[in-house]
Amino acid sequence: MAKVMGERPKALLDVPLHYCPGCTHGIVHRLVAEVIDELGVEGRATGVASVGCSVFTYNYFGCDMVQAPHGRAPAVATGVKRARPDNVVFTYQGDGDLAAIGMGETVHAAARGENIVAIFINNAIYGMTGGQMAPTTLPGQVTQTTPYGRDTAVAGNPIRVCELLSSVKGVALAQRVTVDCPKNVRAAKKAIKKAFEYQMAGKGYCIIEVVSTCPTNWGMSPADSLQWLRDNMLPYYPLGVYKDVGEEGEE
Amino acid sequence: MSEKVLMKGNEAIAEAAIAAGCRHFFGYPITPQTEVAAYMSKRMPKIGGVYLQAESEVASINMVLGAGAAGVRVMTSTSSPGISLMSEGISYIAGSDVPCLIVNVERGGPGLGGIQPSQSDYFQATRATGHGDFHMLVFAPSTVQETVDLISDAFDLGDKYRMPTMILSDGLLGQMMEPVVLPEPKEPTDDKEWSVRGHQGKRPHNVVNSLYIDPAVLEKLNFERFEKYEKIKETEQRAQEYLVDDADIILVAFGASSRIAHSAVDAARKQGIKAGLIRPITLWPFPEKAIEKHVGHAKAFLSVEMNMGQMVEDVRMIVARRKPVHFYGRTGGVVPTPKEVLQQIVKIDGGEL
Repeated sequence: MAKVMGERPKALLDVPLHYCPGCTHGIVHRLVAEVIDELGVEGRATGVASVGCSVFTYNYFGCDMVQAPHGRAPAVATGVKRARPDNVVFTYQGDGDLAAIGMGETVHAAARGENIVAIFINNAIYGMTGGQMAPTTLPGQVTQTTPYGRDTAVAGNPIRVCELLSSVKGVALAQRVTVDCPKNVRAAKKAIKKAFEYQMAGKGYCIIEVVSTCPTNWGMSPADSLQWLRDNMLPYYPLGVYKDVGEEGEE
Repeated sequence: MSEKVLMKGNEAIAEAAIAAGCRHFFGYPITPQTEVAAYMSKRMPKIGGVYLQAESEVASINMVLGAGAAGVRVMTSTSSPGISLMSEGISYIAGSDVPCLIVNVERGGPGLGGIQPSQSDYFQATRATGHGDFHMLVFAPSTVQETVDLISDAFDLGDKYRMPTMILSDGLLGQMMEPVVLPEPKEPTDDKEWSVRGHQGKRPHNVVNSLYIDPAVLEKLNFERFEKYEKIKETEQRAQEYLVDDADIILVAFGASSRIAHSAVDAARKQGIKAGLIRPITLWPFPEKAIEKHVGHAKAFLSVEMNMGQMVEDVRMIVARRKPVHFYGRTGGVVPTPKEVLQQIVKIDGGEL
């Protein structure tokens, strides 16, 4: 007899996702939904969708959702949280949204210690617009707008977001995870859950950076993409906890 | 009844918003509106409200989007260059059908321009505050008392029609002190059924969004929004008429410049020239009916503005070449004098213009 090994989390709606095969968005969506289910907060949660591949998250998460202009999710989330302090508020942003056009909003939301969670998908490329250079594109990486490889002398250097935010007072948790294997998926979920728990405890801004793949725009199979992630992205973006104020909170 | 108090225009804006039940203010400092923010920062913490200084106008309008989506009465206040920065967010707010109040205490432009009063954001307020097909309700008070009264109406109508509203003030009205009677305070409400506030397991999720990938769906939504706009044009036009019923020369002026036009009309009447004034109170919808009513008997119109000629285009559109429509304006923060305006009236009367 067939046995159901894992059901769809309730906070993830039963609708088809638009993501490309092998894209890690699906895994991360599931983890966020599982955390919302386990904490029992769907009824008082509001998510903020950003601009990029994840823009349609407002169709996927079962909680109330707002769709923000490009880069402005932290400001929109600030407005929601200040108006509804009892709501559990999270943003779901890609690297272009969070670290390029929205870097100002990100750093200031962090510095204010806004009680929000940012789920940050870093796949080193702009997915929705078809594979242009992102603020996290690696040196030498070929994209549509760095056809000869990213020349840092011309195009500047990739930004390590967790390292940057670790210096900002107001940040409660800054952790980089990935979802390339079951062990790392479990660790990612644990980090996301901690971030939501920190928000509920009023500890401040939490960011979980998920080093992710984009097989379509990287031009690789899903399996090769995961290997490329391990070989190229993880050395530049090491996994780990960059800031954690812990039980006591920040001084 | 509330008693009469002497208040600065910008501070009256803030107190009137609080009286209207607004408890959420997000803003960024810019002259000549900063007193609004300063006043809010003093008052909001005392009444359980939220005052938050954003890192930019871009952020403050998006905080307004978030709080408005969450269903509370929310506002921001800025001056001309700040509206330019907010234009993206205002478009999203309109596209998401979120009510909120935006105050523009105008200064001279373009660019950094100056800090003296101006009305050069008329086009921006009534035509294209951001990308895409949309409108805001735009109110143009001419006294501190009227500013107070219109703020309450702006919040109520914004909620009624689910759309952003604007108070288009200027550096003159913002900085002047006048006696005002504040309205009876209203209790804040936040029970809008479409808002995001957590579904509590009792309804499907609410989504506040402006993205519609299917052109047919987006077109239908735009059609529906414009049907609403047509209703608003029918029912919400406001204007004040002064000595127009027998007037040969009808001045059209709003806000600060209408006060000057008013004095010029009085002076013209003393000289035996039959002048009158139509003062638009709503700039969008533009009070077409008030102007149309007088096209028949008027010999000429004169639009008086603190810009290079913006509202005059709306007047010309309505008059439609049936009568001459003249323009007089000063710009860059220069305020016209009643004498200058009177000279224009005399020239029109004498057939010199």
